[in-house]
Amino acid sequence: MKVTERDVAYVADLANLELTRQERERMLRDLNSILDYIDCLNELDTTQIQPMAQVSSQDATTPGFAGASREDVLEGLRKSLPHEVALANAPVTDGTFFEVPKVIER
Amino acid sequence: MDLASLTITNARSAIQERKTTATALAEAHYAKIEKDDPQIGAFLTLSKERALAKADEIDRLAAEGEELPPLAGVPIGIKDVMVMRGVRTTAGSKILGNYIPPYDCTAVARMETAGAVVLGKLNCDEFAMGSSTENSAWRPVRNPHDLSRVPGGSSGGSAAAVAADMAVVTLGSDTGGSIRQPASFCGVVGLMPTYGRVSRYGLIAFASSLDHIGPLTKTVKDTAIVLRTIAGRDPMDSTSAEVPVPDYVAELEKPVRGLKLGVAKEYFGDGLDAEVRSAVEAAIQNLANLGCEIVPVSLPHTKYAIPTYYIVATAEASSNLARYDGVRYGHRARDGRTLSEMYRRSRDQGFGAEVKRRIMLGTYALSAGYYDAYYLKAQKVRTLLAQDFAVAFQKVDAIVTPTSPAAAFKLGEKVDDPLAMYLADIYTVTADLAGIPGISVPCGKTKEKLPIGLQILGKHFDEATILRVATAHEQAA
Repeated sequence: MKVTERDVAYVADLANLELTRQERERMLRDLNSILDYIDCLNELDTTQIQPMAQVSSQDATTPGFAGASREDVLEGLRKSLPHEVALANAPVTDGTFFEVPKVIER
Repeated sequence: MDLASLTITNARSAIQERKTTATALAEAHYAKIEKDDPQIGAFLTLSKERALAKADEIDRLAAEGEELPPLAGVPIGIKDVMVMRGVRTTAGSKILGNYIPPYDCTAVARMETAGAVVLGKLNCDEFAMGSSTENSAWRPVRNPHDLSRVPGGSSGGSAAAVAADMAVVTLGSDTGGSIRQPASFCGVVGLMPTYGRVSRYGLIAFASSLDHIGPLTKTVKDTAIVLRTIAGRDPMDSTSAEVPVPDYVAELEKPVRGLKLGVAKEYFGDGLDAEVRSAVEAAIQNLANLGCEIVPVSLPHTKYAIPTYYIVATAEASSNLARYDGVRYGHRARDGRTLSEMYRRSRDQGFGAEVKRRIMLGTYALSAGYYDAYYLKAQKVRTLLAQDFAVAFQKVDAIVTPTSPAAAFKLGEKVDDPLAMYLADIYTVTADLAGIPGISVPCGKTKEKLPIGLQILGKHFDEATILRVATAHEQAA
């Protein structure tokens, strides 16, 4: 087994997930089975191969894939959302800020 | 009104010639949705007010005798992963259950500018993660050809809506096969354009280096019309390409005689259903009879595509989905006493099982100690997969394959076995990884009357050729 119960707890922590006991057991089984399958990638010798992070890095000479940067402009490409629009979907707000549980104890 | 025979071209000309109105077309489709969608489950949200306002605008133009825009009055549906201002957009997830976006997706805006009438938002696997649409947090979609079977996924609602005549055209998204595989299962045409051909602005991100928006339609010509409408550079998406958009419809007229079509043995091996194999082989023979030259090619790394995909896609997803924390929008757990507890519980309650599984896998693959073994390794194999196509396309103009190893499976058949579900995408994922375009076109039916799909893959930015081959196949069938 590649992934242990401790790994599941550690990775859930990194991913900001809590997961129930049942979910953790299922996750342990599923991750191990998927990773076992993924192991077949080790049949390939890739020491001399460049990694491909995105299509543009693979084929940068094609004009279509070249223009992935732009000038940084102060206002951006469009204006920021008006305050009330930005808050419209907030689960909890005081009308000015997004409200969250207290972060700093004093 | 015979909705089944409606296409972009005949809908627009019927409105232009005042034989019908855009309003009547929209209302006929809403009536069809009201009657049939309770069984199928393709639509999640209807945008009636916006649709009828657009239809009215088109009808006024027609009444004034103005030349109508190319998609005038065409009733369309949008996969629920593309945002529309003021229209609930959930990505098939509870975590966005009440989300009302403040802006429009570029592809949707371009469709509306061209005159299309957006009927509503279409069901899909949660965050487009799935191959059967059973991962929708709201309800599964059923295949209009057989209600006991899945429509494919993740754009299952988009494919089912076109197949059931509840929309003339829909937009879907394809990250590992999510347009082509459901198109194949539902017997419609589905195109994944080249990476960068269509702006992703306003597409809720799953895996940014693999996500594509594309059309699902009844005919290849309609797909060409939609691609001409949505393709092209968008300053809001830095990965959208600065490549001229050809007149894809005009390109359809060119003959296929003399085109070289590659056939890769890796796409016809174990696991390919016998009926699918013989339908696809017959289609290839038909294309040969039309004067295409059939050339054997090899794509030797094909079997590594699914494992590569499930590292790259989940790694990117784990990062993209970190934004759902219950602070600015989306579901927030009420019982979180600390900030950290609020984050965790919001995500625990908001995400479904498959989304959590992929976030966990992706986080693991990116975590300290495993990055080189999994993520970097997968990125290197991705290079090999892209090179396979680059080598093959030195010899051929397009590659023909089955879209899926088998026709639509039953609901529930694969839900408990993530690996079996992942393998439904075995013939489609490699194109996403390489960034090349692919189309699925109907290719006969099985004895059980289930649609089969033929996939045609092309060179970067050469949608014109695969559309041309698809048209030739469509007309020969």
